[in-house]
Amino acid sequence: MSTKAPLDSLLARHGKDPSGLIEILRDVQAALGSIPPEAVAKIAARLGLSRVDVEGVATFYHFFTARPAGTYAVYLNKNVVAEMKGRAEVARAFEKAAGCRFGETTADGLIGLHETSCIGMNDQEPSALINGVVFTRLTPARVRELVAGMKAGKETGKLVKKTGDGANQSRLVRAMVDNNIRKPGPVILAPFKSGAAVRKAVTWTPEDVVAEIKRSNLLGRGGAGFPTGLKWEFCGREACPPRYVVANADEGEPGTFKDRVILTELPHLLFEGMTIAGYAIGAREGILYLRAEYAYLKPRLEKVLADLRAQKLLGKAIAGKKGFAFDITIKLGAGAYVCGEESALLESAEGKRGAPRPRPPFPVQNGYLGLPTTVNNVETLCAAARILERGAGWFKTLGTPKSAGTKLLSVSGDCRKPGVYEVEFGLTINRLLEMAGGRDAQAVQVGGPSGTCVARGQFERRIGFEDLPTGGSIIVIGPQRDLFDVVRNFMDFFIEESCGWCTACRVGNTLLRQKFEKITSGKGTRQDLKEIEAWGKTIKAMSRCGLGQTSPNPILTTLLNFREKYEARVDATRDYVSTFDLEAAVRDAAAVTGQTLAEARHE
Amino acid sequence: MSKPIVATASLAGCFGCHMSILDIDERILTLIDLVEFNKSPIDDIKTFSKTCDIGLIEGGCCNSENVENLRDFRKHCKILISVGECAIMGGLPALRNGIPVKDCFAEAYLNGPTVDPAGGIIPNDPELPIILDRVYPLHEIVKIDAFLPGCPPSAELIWKALTALIEGKPLELTYDLVKFD
Ligand SMILES: Cc1cc2nc3c(=O)[nH]c(=O)nc-3n(C[C@H](O)[C@H](O)[C@H](O)COP(=O)(O)O)c2cc1C
Ligand code: SF4
Ligand code: SF4
Repeated sequence: MSTKAPLDSLLARHGKDPSGLIEILRDVQAALGSIPPEAVAKIAARLGLSRVDVEGVATFYHFFTARPAGTYAVYLNKNVVAEMKGRAEVARAFEKAAGCRFGETTADGLIGLHETSCIGMNDQEPSALINGVVFTRLTPARVRELVAGMKAGKETGKLVKKTGDGANQSRLVRAMVDNNIRKPGPVILAPFKSGAAVRKAVTWTPEDVVAEIKRSNLLGRGGAGFPTGLKWEFCGREACPPRYVVANADEGEPGTFKDRVILTELPHLLFEGMTIAGYAIGAREGILYLRAEYAYLKPRLEKVLADLRAQKLLGKAIAGKKGFAFDITIKLGAGAYVCGEESALLESAEGKRGAPRPRPPFPVQNGYLGLPTTVNNVETLCAAARILERGAGWFKTLGTPKSAGTKLLSVSGDCRKPGVYEVEFGLTINRLLEMAGGRDAQAVQVGGPSGTCVARGQFERRIGFEDLPTGGSIIVIGPQRDLFDVVRNFMDFFIEESCGWCTACRVGNTLLRQKFEKITSGKGTRQDLKEIEAWGKTIKAMSRCGLGQTSPNPILTTLLNFREKYEARVDATRDYVSTFDLEAAVRDAAAVTGQTLAEARHE
Repeated sequence: MSKPIVATASLAGCFGCHMSILDIDERILTLIDLVEFNKSPIDDIKTFSKTCDIGLIEGGCCNSENVENLRDFRKHCKILISVGECAIMGGLPALRNGIPVKDCFAEAYLNGPTVDPAGGIIPNDPELPIILDRVYPLHEIVKIDAFLPGCPPSAELIWKALTALIEGKPLELTYDLVKFD
């Protein structure tokens, strides 16, 4: 196949600004099914980059491939809840029906089978993306049907049989995704009239808007819990405009999907929050950084933006306020958990590899294109809009003294009612399990793999910054599960997603994983337990960003809360056990040379 | 008390760590007064003739003979020490880890730029040690009691470690000893 003509015309559709590199690569991947070396060379020449610059980006993200990914590129989620819900049979069905293994593409290039980290569908697993289209609740029978459809050459979108609820049915989305809103709440999942917040905000000074957000005690909902008002104040204080507002819709922490629901049902609330942030800090431009997995929502999001412009809620003289101009563009990622980390996100938005930056300087000083930038989680921005509308006083009546307001929880795993719950901070795990129908849980993973594994005896602990902070991921682990399978899955996730910059994170997590295998396979000793704890601490201390700083948590928090499970696997009578097997270690070489251990020993 | 007995070996190493032992300069004379050497390239004793107090090993294990040698050291030494990066982590030789042995053989003996164009052969004499699937750090094969970091560890570090051991004091690696740049 000649790739020449489409490549040239495709490149001609893009500008020559290197910050557009990821969009270009996305288009090339979609059109050619891979990013071949000749495309790398052409893109580099066009953008004035080196070949290695382009290759560096093309090899960083999961959804870019150097080899053809398949006319139908299947990305099956490998997160732990998918495993709980029957992923193994689904994977086998794909392999059998397609006639190739995961990691391969069929000989005719028609179907490629790939694995991917959490795609934000934990409430409807097993799920997969096929050419960007979401398929949920897969079963072996459904897989056979899908593969038959691919072999018949059907358009991927046409393979969707039934669309989900709410805006998933809209003409511009048509996704089989369900919202699964189980519990609406007063702040986010409540009726909101477009314009209500921004019209009020523009009657105030930007300083007063910041003061109101500060007064509300709103803390960032993306995980780190930084005070939002303070962040806006820092950013607004930086001298050199232009400044930027960035909404972090990367939602990559395994088990969270609440931003997906906001982006589906309440995009106007999010955009209004961004606009208010823009007003508060003095920015004219906002960027919504949308994870590639949610690209199916982009056409509708663009439509909502267009509607807001038509209603004068975006653009110039917003809500009639002279001199207040603000608009929003959407930038897509290309598959990388670390791009949710704010400085990596900014690198990615600039068209580069998503490698976290050293900090300080922080994004409020040195953000997008080096300019002052506030990065906020989707839910944070929505809450900010509602605070402006209803008042900081109202907001503070919700939640607890140190954790004002509500939190959207994405609940999944071994429970009868997986989905999104808007709850006030301070809720106990017990109460949440009651609501979600998962009272027999042996453990609950709060905050995703980077969070805490809470044991059954501790279910009176409360969600909130005082005790159990969470970006929203709650995974219920039923009594029938082997907890070590969960830990292993989480460790694999971090190994896969490490950007590789810090040795402690890149190498350390693999060593931890090996040590964990040694222990769980019954070959560990007390000394190994000690070492695994010590190494975990070293990795946390020596890592540049939050990924490495939390990556040992699956081990460390289970060691803390389920120590007896580990103790039961180690041999307390011995201080050293080797897993080395000489016979096995020489097998490969002996197969080539015909040597035997006996002869090599000169016996 | 009789003098402590020391044994040393280089497995998959470059002998750089042994050179570093010699780099203690004239203190080598003191060392000879302090300890007795048994199996070691330093005195060229090839087999253990008695139980040793301290074993120093440089290099990881890349073949079956390394493994047997290491196990022999473990059997004969009360305290066994990994000396240098190769012993501790595999070091430079471990760069082949992750590449199938078959491919390494092909590159080294059949296709590499230095192979006789008339054709190479993969060494297959039955008495040669057999190459392992990867290079292993020592502590994965036997229990190791202490680790001296560096490539090589400085003479100063080796000296301090040895004298501490001989005097029965705790081994302390101060910052100046493990700062490499
Ligand atoms: C590895 C990693 C992944 C992250 N992923 C996300 C994410 O998907 N969404 C998000 O809002 N914040 C994420 N964060 C947190 C962001 O770095 C940042 O703190 C947040 O977007 C700030 O917004 P907030 O103050 O509104 O919470 C992540 C952090 C790390 C270290
Ligand atoms: S901690 Fe890990 S993910 Fe973060 S910068 Fe370092 S290597 Fe990259
Ligand atoms: S650690 Fe360095 S000096 Fe010692 S054997 Fe290895 S390469 Fe040679």
